Amino acid sequence: MSHAPAPIAFELNGRAVTVEAAPAARLSAVLRGPLGLTGTKVGCDAGDCGACSVLVDGAVLCACLVPARQAAGRRVTTVEGLSNGAVSALQASFLRHGAAQCGICTPGLLVAATALLARTPQPDEAAVADALGGVLCRCTGYRKIVAAVMNANATAVDAATLPAGGAVGASPLRLDGLAKVLGSERFGADGWPADALAVRVVRAPHWHARFRFGDLQAWRAAHPGIAAVFTAADIPGRNRFGVIAAFADQPALAEDRVRFRGEAVALVAGAPQAVAAFDPAGFPVDWEPLPHGLTPDAMPPDGAPLHAGRPDDVLVNGRVVCGDAQAAIAGAAVRVSGSLDTAYVEHAYIEPEAGVAHMDGDTLVIAACTQAPAMDREETAAVLGLPVERVRIVPTAAGGGFGSKLDLSLQPLIGLVALKTGRPAALAFSRAESMAATTKRHPARMTATIAADADGRIAGMLFDGTFNTGAYASWGPTVANRVPVHASGPYRTPAYRATARAVHTNGPVAGAFRGFGVPQATMLQETLYDALADALGIDRLALRRRNALRDGDATTCGQVLAGVGIDACLAALEPHWSRANAEAAARNAAGPVVRRGVGIASCWYGCGNTALPNPSTIRIGIAADGTVRLHQGAVDIGQGANTVIAQIAADALGLPLAAIRLVGADTALTPDAGKTSASRQTFITGRAAERAGRALRETVLRYANVSDGAALALDGATLVLREGEAVRRLALGDLPADGTGLVFCAEETYDPPTTALDADGQGRPYAVYGYGAQLVELDVDTRLGTVRPVRVTAAHDVGRAINPLLAEGQIEGGIAQGIGMALMEEYVPGRTENLHDYLIPTIGDVPPVETILIEVPDPEGPFGAKGLGEHVLIPTAPAILNAIRDATGAAVTTLPATPARVLAAIRAVGDER
Amino acid sequence: MSRVPRYARPSTVAEALALLADGRWRCLAGGTDVYPALGDRPLADDVLDLNDLEALCGIAESDGDIVIGARTTWSALLAADLPPAFDALRQAAREVGSVQIQNAGTVAGNLCNASPAADGVPPLLALDAAVELASQAGTRRLPLADFLRGNRETALAGDELMVAVRVPKAAARGRSAFLKLGARRYLVIAIAMVAARLTLDGAGRIAEAAIAVGACSPVARRLARLETALAGRTAGADSDAAVAAHPFDELAPIDDVRGTADYRRAAVREIVARAVRLAGAPRDAGKAA
Repeated sequence: MSHAPAPIAFELNGRAVTVEAAPAARLSAVLRGPLGLTGTKVGCDAGDCGACSVLVDGAVLCACLVPARQAAGRRVTTVEGLSNGAVSALQASFLRHGAAQCGICTPGLLVAATALLARTPQPDEAAVADALGGVLCRCTGYRKIVAAVMNANATAVDAATLPAGGAVGASPLRLDGLAKVLGSERFGADGWPADALAVRVVRAPHWHARFRFGDLQAWRAAHPGIAAVFTAADIPGRNRFGVIAAFADQPALAEDRVRFRGEAVALVAGAPQAVAAFDPAGFPVDWEPLPHGLTPDAMPPDGAPLHAGRPDDVLVNGRVVCGDAQAAIAGAAVRVSGSLDTAYVEHAYIEPEAGVAHMDGDTLVIAACTQAPAMDREETAAVLGLPVERVRIVPTAAGGGFGSKLDLSLQPLIGLVALKTGRPAALAFSRAESMAATTKRHPARMTATIAADADGRIAGMLFDGTFNTGAYASWGPTVANRVPVHASGPYRTPAYRATARAVHTNGPVAGAFRGFGVPQATMLQETLYDALADALGIDRLALRRRNALRDGDATTCGQVLAGVGIDACLAALEPHWSRANAEAAARNAAGPVVRRGVGIASCWYGCGNTALPNPSTIRIGIAADGTVRLHQGAVDIGQGANTVIAQIAADALGLPLAAIRLVGADTALTPDAGKTSASRQTFITGRAAERAGRALRETVLRYANVSDGAALALDGATLVLREGEAVRRLALGDLPADGTGLVFCAEETYDPPTTALDADGQGRPYAVYGYGAQLVELDVDTRLGTVRPVRVTAAHDVGRAINPLLAEGQIEGGIAQGIGMALMEEYVPGRTENLHDYLIPTIGDVPPVETILIEVPDPEGPFGAKGLGEHVLIPTAPAILNAIRDATGAAVTTLPATPARVLAAIRAVGDER
Repeated sequence: MSRVPRYARPSTVAEALALLADGRWRCLAGGTDVYPALGDRPLADDVLDLNDLEALCGIAESDGDIVIGARTTWSALLAADLPPAFDALRQAAREVGSVQIQNAGTVAGNLCNASPAADGVPPLLALDAAVELASQAGTRRLPLADFLRGNRETALAGDELMVAVRVPKAAARGRSAFLKLGARRYLVIAIAMVAARLTLDGAGRIAEAAIAVGACSPVARRLARLETALAGRTAGADSDAAVAAHPFDELAPIDDVRGTADYRRAAVREIVARAVRLAGAPRDAGKAA
């Protein structure tokens, strides 16, 4: 026998199948490819993520590790076979509990949980964790998954049918949830046309190098099945992209020099079998390595800057100054200083970048996972030399994003192949490729001093941070500008000087990652607040409340605030703080090896672009058939925009949520709702949806000549307007419709009122801020340096909780990422390009989370709502650091706080004593 | 173009050995090491798929040994009725990757892969395990400690197949415990790990100790001098003192992404002390923290 494909017969989801496959092919590839069952997801091809879990004769296995021949004669069950087309009790429970966010890990979790429930119908939490410990989720923080599995066989309560005007503040099942639990959601690597060319990217193996290609045509001719090879020479447009136009500096394919390991230099396209057999080692390219540096202080001495016009490799300097911080600190009663170093952090979404491009007449259509369809469209058009109108971006579901899917990745590459060959072109990054080639959280090296009067009022603060932005600009300018605005924390700071710079290295490109540098800065600021409280002899929570910003206070940018909820968050934590500290004192009284610690930290975060316009537009209409069509272009990457924006629009319009049908996102069908970034969609697109809903309502009312007091209802294709005893019925089918079938339509735009910042960072950088505070209780093993979070209590001011269940999901997921950043996540360039050396939290690493939603309405937000997506991650890591110090006295100043670092810090304290 | 590689799925050990005698093959059993090592490269080796060799599944007893068939998965081992001396091995089985990995990965595969951080190795070393290697020339037995030669290096010859792991009944006595130190709860590669097996005398003192440490040297190691020092002591403060006095200089920990050499040196002393206590007074075991 050989590896040549041969028939393999087995039972698949209850049906007998026979498939031609190479005997040692991965079963996952066979299920997804020839068998067409794409519910089984591929996240790592290494057994590290569990997304491809299937049942073989009832036992759960990673299909990526199973030779296809192994299936012969066996029963294989995939997510598609869990419910026979219906919705199983477990799937319904996932929906009900909000256990699926982006949905990419959901099939694997459902399959693994099914194996558990077959043995143990009423599992406890420990059994659930043991059974699901092999499936990684990056969105949910696992708590709702645990609840969904434990309660899978409980009696389901029907989701209440929400009346008109009752959507905001309720938690309806997410509108896009069913496909996620059925495994039918289409992600970037799903639904590729059978005739698509496969594409592979040739990437640089050096951190810095010049290169020259050999005879590419001869190489291609020697490789049957390879249809084409493309290099920078084939790019018809401007071979530079970047999320901020003024800094666009990254080539889609490098021309003659690469600035980081993993940079794309060439594309190989051809028949899937031939491309699968492609070995980059044989590709004709000669490398001439150049000196390189991976950190700002390790750049080659006397080297030219990586980019012309950026002396000393400084991309951008950011700064905010108010008052005389030096003098205020010198004159204050108490001052504390510190420094903190953080690591590259990888987004580690379970879905690597993937998509397919094809030509629809003259139009290039790209269906790929993304957070920013309109930006993808503009940038891809520029690189490929096409007018914007000839590029259409159809976002697939995104299996997690967290900031990294804002930047272009594969769009210009598959676009180039489709454009040049006229054939569909498909590509899914491998896990290693995704990790090497796409953006990271900026490593930061920061110092700060904070001073206070004897009564604990902050007198002044100095902050300075250097952020390693890697080889290309990406979002480096945003980080350099956002950090100085936020580094004070949500506290009155009358004298302040904060500087930050983004500096190039040959490291991976650092870009957007949930918080844009603010999480790093907050770790330093909030740990110094604890040191300050100790120096003052003031309770750590009380110090924070004493200085918390209040309505009418000015920020360090001179912006006077309204709707400030930080003190309400801190106040809500007070009873938990008292209880936790008492419990810790009791536990620690006998001097145990494992000590309990309690920590607290706050956050604030401006929603939307920093001091720049960032409008969103929403279109909504009523069709002749009586459906309400919401053209919703805000990409839902799991956070819930599809549901939240619809809830807002429904209540603004005055029709029930159930009447709404979502359209898009699709650049051909939906107006630009901006990028899913900067915690802006609920606020900005939500506000546009509120305006559009109200505008549509007014249009209808005016047409029917009734007052704003009228109640709307849909009765099939009839719109019913009731005002007191009067009832007006509009037969929609009898009214003129536009080209898309809409009888009434409204489109509205909202752009938050901000101003540019002056040279001292003074101005109005954001229209809305959100606030939060988290309390972490944890145990530290003082002899091993291991840290086990025990409980997190999170109070977040969301202004108005449009959807409390989704808000909780954001909070729990952000906390999980905060735990990862604090305790285990360290991307070491070139060494951790997989999910077993790069660790993210598993289901056993996230403790119970108690969420307290605070609602201090914001005057700008829709129904008073504020953003939440990034805020939730910010307080977790500093609260963990503060709890470790509370437990042991040890201050960890290099992140993550691995067991080795925690033990070293504990020993350093011992040496001092 | 290169030739299409061979794929064979023998149904008898004799057939497998004949194939092994005829060229170089990559042996495929659970697949939990073979596939991850590929990355996005195609499987271009000649593959000898062992998954029809039913004779290599399961756990049996011979006159002198408990015989673990080479294809026995970690899940099968967990389900087996084994004496308390195997508790460390059972605890290690629960720490191999995830349930998905435990359902596929085999005991023999873990040994043949020869990772310094192989979870199965310290418990098997503490059980004085031997491996049974078959070829057409015959069968030989090697102590596990001799089979493992270095990081990813074994004594397995190209024409040999590991057919069983044998634990002498003489070593299947006493109680054992396993501790694994990692930076997260599941799916984690050990920073350090230890298996300890103790037999106690009538007075509750340690008669014999078998202590093996993994992930702190290229190959997991027994700590023979510490074992001697523990004899005659009781598990607790008394055994702690012996551990504290031991230099651990037989280990050679390295700095890597999981921890520093200094940290490993400090932590291994602690987890060895804890594992000895646990084996002396078994309670919950498994994770070090």
